Amino acid sequence: MKKLLACLAIGAAALVLPGCPAGPGGGGGAGGSSSSGTILVGYYGDLTGDTATFGQSTKDGIDLAVAEINQDPPLGRKLEIRTEDDQGKSEQAVSVVTKLITQDRVVAVLGEVASSNSMAAATVCQREKVPMITPASTNPAVTETGDHIFRICFIDPFQGSVMAKFALNTLKAKRAAILSDVKSDYSKGLSQFFKETFTQNGGQIVAEPSYSKGDSDFNAQLNAIKAANPEVIFIPGYYTEVGTIARQARDQGIKVPLIGGDGWDSPKLFEGAGTALEGCYFSNHYSTENKDPRVQQFVTAYKAKFSGREPDAMAALGYDVARIFADAVKRAGDTDPARLRDAIAGTKDFAGVTGTITLDEKRNATKPAVVLEVKGKAFKFVETVQP
Amino acid sequence: MLPLLGSLLQNLVLGVQKGAVYALIAVGYTMVYGVLRLINFAHGDVYMVGAYVGLRLSARMGASISGSVPGFALIFALTLLICGLLGVLIERLAYRPLRTAPRITALITAIGVSLLLESLAMLIWGTSPQFFPTLFPLAPVRALGLDLNPKYLLILFASVLLMAVLWYVVTRTRLGKAMRAVSYDREAASLMGINTNLVISFTFALGSMLAGAAGLLVSALTNVKIEPLVGVMPGLKAFVAAVLGGIGSIPGAVVGGLVMGIAETYVIAFGGSTWQDAIAFVLLILILIFRPAGIMGRATVEKV
Repeated sequence: MKKLLACLAIGAAALVLPGCPAGPGGGGGAGGSSSSGTILVGYYGDLTGDTATFGQSTKDGIDLAVAEINQDPPLGRKLEIRTEDDQGKSEQAVSVVTKLITQDRVVAVLGEVASSNSMAAATVCQREKVPMITPASTNPAVTETGDHIFRICFIDPFQGSVMAKFALNTLKAKRAAILSDVKSDYSKGLSQFFKETFTQNGGQIVAEPSYSKGDSDFNAQLNAIKAANPEVIFIPGYYTEVGTIARQARDQGIKVPLIGGDGWDSPKLFEGAGTALEGCYFSNHYSTENKDPRVQQFVTAYKAKFSGREPDAMAALGYDVARIFADAVKRAGDTDPARLRDAIAGTKDFAGVTGTITLDEKRNATKPAVVLEVKGKAFKFVETVQP
Repeated sequence: MLPLLGSLLQNLVLGVQKGAVYALIAVGYTMVYGVLRLINFAHGDVYMVGAYVGLRLSARMGASISGSVPGFALIFALTLLICGLLGVLIERLAYRPLRTAPRITALITAIGVSLLLESLAMLIWGTSPQFFPTLFPLAPVRALGLDLNPKYLLILFASVLLMAVLWYVVTRTRLGKAMRAVSYDREAASLMGINTNLVISFTFALGSMLAGAAGLLVSALTNVKIEPLVGVMPGLKAFVAAVLGGIGSIPGAVVGGLVMGIAETYVIAFGGSTWQDAIAFVLLILILIFRPAGIMGRATVEKV
């Protein structure tokens, strides 16, 4: 009798539960909400992992933009951001984006910064036909996933050439070593493009060891680099490892300049590096020293909202990506996924804080890069490089 | 030829430094196994606690005091004390009640304690990586044609010193003799009037102090990142080192640690850093196939 009751109970539960509605707007596709409620947008990023400042800064930029946008919302409907933390892991990125699309039913997804995670999530977004706009992933393969994947920043073939030319022309270095992260698509791609431009213009790569994201002992690799005697070392990694690498390099007596890419951009770079990166250079998306009134307005508004903190490039890109999305909604006229996708693809001459943004047929943006120098605890503008 | 030799030597020095740290942790594993026949999986997390405790103490005292020799010695002593107490606490709460339970129960409990420590660390200190500030600005020196980093030599020196103290305690004091007696035969030892509970607590305290010291030394002197899972890999590798050297044998743990450190450094230098963790487990598999008792262990016969 007891067993029979138990079976009946389980059977009843099995029949009832799947029928529960998955959320508002049970109609097919990413319907967002009903046509007169808020516009649901998903945001995913690394909020607690090794590259936490990327996810948090981008979110801050997006929040600032959304607060401004909602004063005069597109189509009269306010934007609502659903945030998910992927802890910097690509498997997690896949599961949170799947949740955002299938359970929260967002109309579009914003994120991520790290190219490996963006690529993983992009397959989900493309399959579900939900537009995804990444603010800061620079590996070209991200947008190659499909026609629903966009980016508003420059790509690594350009970024790699920026630092290669800087090393050759400004630092007058002919021998370079590269220390890259094998677990990061961003790092692998960027070091490849740097190598191409550097060698094509008369330089020589003397050593190319690698590490894995999460490592904290780089002495063996630095030993090998030191033995090869380069004039400059290119470290296209993320700030947590770069800081420790720089410190260990200086501890080993390596005195040559270290250069890198936009993965360095974080206030936490100095926690690991101390003073080891003084006088080193990296390429980035924007500089707070840009006198353009748009940039200064953004910096002032950001400082006001976030207790005096200076916005880094991720915050600026987050700000731009949210505003570009709102602009696309206005141009599309509604949140129908196909129309939205086409509107985003048609973004032209958008006045962003990180530059004037036009998306090309590969859904990438062609923008200038800046080279910054590490001085004390700040990044000082050195030069702008046009594409 | 000469550059290769120089590079081999340079890496040997690095390997010995790394190995000394593994040896410090491995000794704790082996001692606890000796007295309790238990692999204390939470041991690696005591390494992590040592790093965090040292970091917080140093932050509390300020950079100038922490950077002075007596200041750092104070932090070192306090961290060791706290980690020792933690070890005793873990033993008292998690392992003593299971003294008579099947060994698998205690093993699973150890894994539970490990997860507990990691989760508590995430709650208390957050998940984002933290770093020690530079405490001692020491520049590298060149000697014997090799580049030597004084900070790493300091770690090596401190590790050797701690192991020497341990050796003295184990071989020359009564408590050490009691430890050896309990690890040989616990029942017989208690019949001889040895307070086994006290000895076991002492063993845990000693082992945890060494693990905490390792965590503090590595984080403070090499400024590597500290995060709640930082003890997992060193703990696992130290466990392999202990097995490699013969689980239950303290000199074996030291030898095992050195072998691990050197093998790992050569693998990174000549094979690429992706294999650095793999080499530890390859060594484990090899030793278990060819010499399960370990380098310095004795093959024991279990009477059924």
